[in-house]
Amino acid sequence: MKRILLVSSLIALVSFGYAQTDTTDVFKMMDENDKKAAASATDYTTATFKSTRVIQGPSIETIGAGNMDLRILHRFAPLSGGGKEMFGLDGPATIRFGLDFGITNTLMVGIGRSSYQKEFDGFVKYKLLRQSTGKVKMPITLTYIGTIMDVTDDAYKTANDISGSEAISYAHALAIGRKFNDLFSFQVTPTLVHYNKVPVVGAKNNQFALGLATRLRISKRVNFTAEYYHRFDQMTGFEDAVSLGFDFETGGHVFQLHFTNATGMTERTFITQTADKFGSNTRFGFNLTRIFTIAKPKGVAKAG
Amino acid sequence: MKKVSLVLAVALISFASFSQKVYKTNAAQIKFQPITEEAGCTNNQVQSVLSSTDGKIAFSALIKGFKFSNSLLEDHFNENYMESTKFPNAKFQGIVTNIKEVNFTKNGVYKVTVKGNLTIHGVTKEVTTTGTIEIAGGKVIAKANFKVKVADYGIKGLYIGQKIAAEQDITVTSTYE
Repeated sequence: MKRILLVSSLIALVSFGYAQTDTTDVFKMMDENDKKAAASATDYTTATFKSTRVIQGPSIETIGAGNMDLRILHRFAPLSGGGKEMFGLDGPATIRFGLDFGITNTLMVGIGRSSYQKEFDGFVKYKLLRQSTGKVKMPITLTYIGTIMDVTDDAYKTANDISGSEAISYAHALAIGRKFNDLFSFQVTPTLVHYNKVPVVGAKNNQFALGLATRLRISKRVNFTAEYYHRFDQMTGFEDAVSLGFDFETGGHVFQLHFTNATGMTERTFITQTADKFGSNTRFGFNLTRIFTIAKPKGVAKAG
Repeated sequence: MKKVSLVLAVALISFASFSQKVYKTNAAQIKFQPITEEAGCTNNQVQSVLSSTDGKIAFSALIKGFKFSNSLLEDHFNENYMESTKFPNAKFQGIVTNIKEVNFTKNGVYKVTVKGNLTIHGVTKEVTTTGTIEIAGGKVIAKANFKVKVADYGIKGLYIGQKIAAEQDITVTSTYE
């Protein structure tokens, strides 16, 4: 009996000792878990750009699943109108109303109506690659943007002898963007604009352009943005679009204020049909965006 | 033979009483509502361990794991306030001071006090809170609700104290395996 007690108490002691060593390092265990989790998880880069449009052109960003983005893009008349025209604020201004929807976290669609040439547009935007670190390392984000545009302005159609589906044009863009650090992001955007019928005699139906865009963080809520589209196929009488601006963030809004020579706000109009020169005929403009949650993704807390 | 089986039985009993020392989960939940008028955020992938023998308890949450229904708010949260690229996670390491009062073999809800170090945004502060440990059919569920002063952790921003409450109400629920 004595022996049994001895043996059992020994085993108890051993197992107790085992339990002790197993628990003393609970914190160490967590730290190791964290390291393992960090190595096995993919950390996707966020906020390469602060908005789904850099200024006129698309950024690599999409809005989240279940979000709706009400966008109002506004361009005033040229500043060159002087004090009498309140530096363009008197107008005539052009405006594009748009509604964008986040289908998934990498896919969004949107529709819009521009006052300039009374144009309707619709687009689909899909993130093919996402910049990430950790388990999956990806240096860039690659986003495809496909746009269809339809001009309904009778004056434009009559002047250019355009009828029916000839008024439709398409744009395909591949945005390649990288957030180098919290302060600096850069994007190149090769774009193809296809006209069913061109408004300029002798111009190509397929027109290639290359967009360059950057975001520089000035403070936590102010970012400087710049965007330039170089046209490889130029229609005579038009200029390359140049835009410089600032993004201001306030909660659910982003205000984008900028100076640009472009009048239109769709690929067809701002890339291939910017009529004014930057510098001599610059306009002031703004983009307003307000994001609403229309469908809640799973696993997100309710208010309250 | 009788002796051996007795020894084995005693050994088994003694072992059983010390097994289940460490409870773990990688699906603990932390919830709060940074902006009073907007929906809150949830992280459902919080790592946690609880040791029933000495009461040590630890949590680790990825800041990017906090999901908002509004993607813009999530961007702001990560980039402007939490600076999650610089400080990727929040941690808590502490002790359930009255762990002896929790009977892990008997179903019930036990009131506990937890004391330890909370690290958010790279700043560590000592905190004490009360909570419960519920034993339900072999499951161990730890719950706590406490307040965190945003300014204590060096988190700065224009809207703190206005749209964003200066003191955030944090709810933690951890169901251990």
